[in-house]
Amino acid sequence: MKAVFALVDCNNFYASCERVFNPKLEGEPVVVLSNNDGCIIARSNEAKALGIKMGAPYFQVRDFLREYRVHVLSSNYALYGDMSHRVMSILHRLEPDVEVYSIDEAFIRFTQARSQSLTECARNIRTVVRRDTGIPVSIGIGPTKTLAKLANRLAKKDPRWDGVLDISSHPDPDSLMSSVEVGDVWGIGHKSAERLKACGVSTVLALKNVDPSWMRRHYTITGFRTVMELLGVPMVSMAEQPADRKSMACSRCFGERIRSLAELNEALSSHVATAAEKLRSQGLVASCLNVFLMTARFAKDDAYITANRTVELPEATSHTPVLIHYALECLRCMFREGTDYRKIGVVFTGLVSEALASRQPTLFDPGRLDRMDSLMKTVDQVNARWGRDTLRYGAMGFGGRWQMHRERKTPSFTTRWDQLPVVRAS
Amino acid sequence: MSGTTVHGLCEGSSPGTAMATLRPLFLAGVPAGFPSPADDYIEKHLDLNEHLVKHPSATFFVRVTGNSMTDAGIRNGDILIVDRSLSPSSGRVVIAVLDGELTVKRLVKRNGVVKLASESDGHPDIEIPEDADLQVWGVVTYAIHGL
Repeated sequence: MKAVFALVDCNNFYASCERVFNPKLEGEPVVVLSNNDGCIIARSNEAKALGIKMGAPYFQVRDFLREYRVHVLSSNYALYGDMSHRVMSILHRLEPDVEVYSIDEAFIRFTQARSQSLTECARNIRTVVRRDTGIPVSIGIGPTKTLAKLANRLAKKDPRWDGVLDISSHPDPDSLMSSVEVGDVWGIGHKSAERLKACGVSTVLALKNVDPSWMRRHYTITGFRTVMELLGVPMVSMAEQPADRKSMACSRCFGERIRSLAELNEALSSHVATAAEKLRSQGLVASCLNVFLMTARFAKDDAYITANRTVELPEATSHTPVLIHYALECLRCMFREGTDYRKIGVVFTGLVSEALASRQPTLFDPGRLDRMDSLMKTVDQVNARWGRDTLRYGAMGFGGRWQMHRERKTPSFTTRWDQLPVVRAS
Repeated sequence: MSGTTVHGLCEGSSPGTAMATLRPLFLAGVPAGFPSPADDYIEKHLDLNEHLVKHPSATFFVRVTGNSMTDAGIRNGDILIVDRSLSPSSGRVVIAVLDGELTVKRLVKRNGVVKLASESDGHPDIEIPEDADLQVWGVVTYAIHGL
């Protein structure tokens, strides 16, 4: 059987997490704010319907939100990280080939023939995730990741698919592609979309029909890959896939089982470095990181151990040594001697554009940030010239802390004993 | 090999050495292939998680406030272990969503009537009309309280 891909994506993830523990928010407009309550980073469908824009600075829309009785929450990264981990664990339990792409998305590769149709498999996944975690997901299926992502988008937005769409089982996929704007396909950014529209390529169908070599000449390699993928030719590898703007993940299954902390440290550091490089190339910094660890599966049930830790960084950053330091700390807390590990990964969340992030130098060393900036630039340049990992990182410490300003954060329902959800017996 | 508990001295320990209770416990069937007896057996201590949490991804802990379930052994201030993956069958203590709030009740289905029952005097049962959508948040498996 040729490989087929599915993209599993949680619907309005942050808002959905909050709703699990506060059912009163169901059906209500909800927005979640970035750290320091700066801008809107998540909206429920009802909030979207009110026209609230993603990324809107909170102070600008505060009155509007109050007038329309929109529920405003500060980001609860510990909760989102833990809920994400639960969803991903379920996916790993149901399917052997899962790739965590971001905090709320994962690709699944179907390689084995099975008695059920893929649509039925996907429906089962959706049902189990919703039942076990309360999080609703949409699933798109296609012969390439780009098509899976496209199918996912259609499944999410159009109720007739009831959350699951296998684009190759549809009798007329072209008609579906003609309904999606060219800027909404994976791998085509805003600028490319404008240029394409100016050439008369305004839908995904039109893009699919573009001559791939023309695409390669006039657009980036990513654009070329997108066209090929739309034609059903898988091209996107892990390292090459377009980055997500809300979160960034990097993980790998080990070929052999790994037992030593030293080897896990190395693997994790390398993932962090890779993901951090992507952050910098997008001009983003992360305020939060989540490390997850999985042991080998023993049986079909949940009989393998997974663990995850979320750290809210004292300061949003894309500096690799800092990120490695905190990631390794998370690992140290989770690691158990004598265990066979199968997979380790890191997810960066709370991504903010570097320019907007409030970059407050630490009390102790105001010049440090500038020095780290030039350090990072040098490292990136050297690595770009001589090859990845020419310069590698040793351990590094980091000092200075300040409290994130978050007035409306819900409790850490699943990560702190003193903040458990309360149930009434009365 | 499946579900075997081995007691006593660990293999390979030198004779005459007093070994503290090393109790290798096979967690589940050993997968096909070439399993090593040394794999997946060492537990350095008994972990309550294994015993109490069968489905980690679907298990949540909640805290009880109120006294309507005391006859079920659930007291004010208890921590409850809630498993969302279990089927809410009749007779089970569940967390249900009532008026947008998480509530703990016993689910009773009898003669086509669905009730959320309390377990203490002075707290009435709640009948769920047939056309209503009862939202069960999860099934309660254990209550934890200090003595």
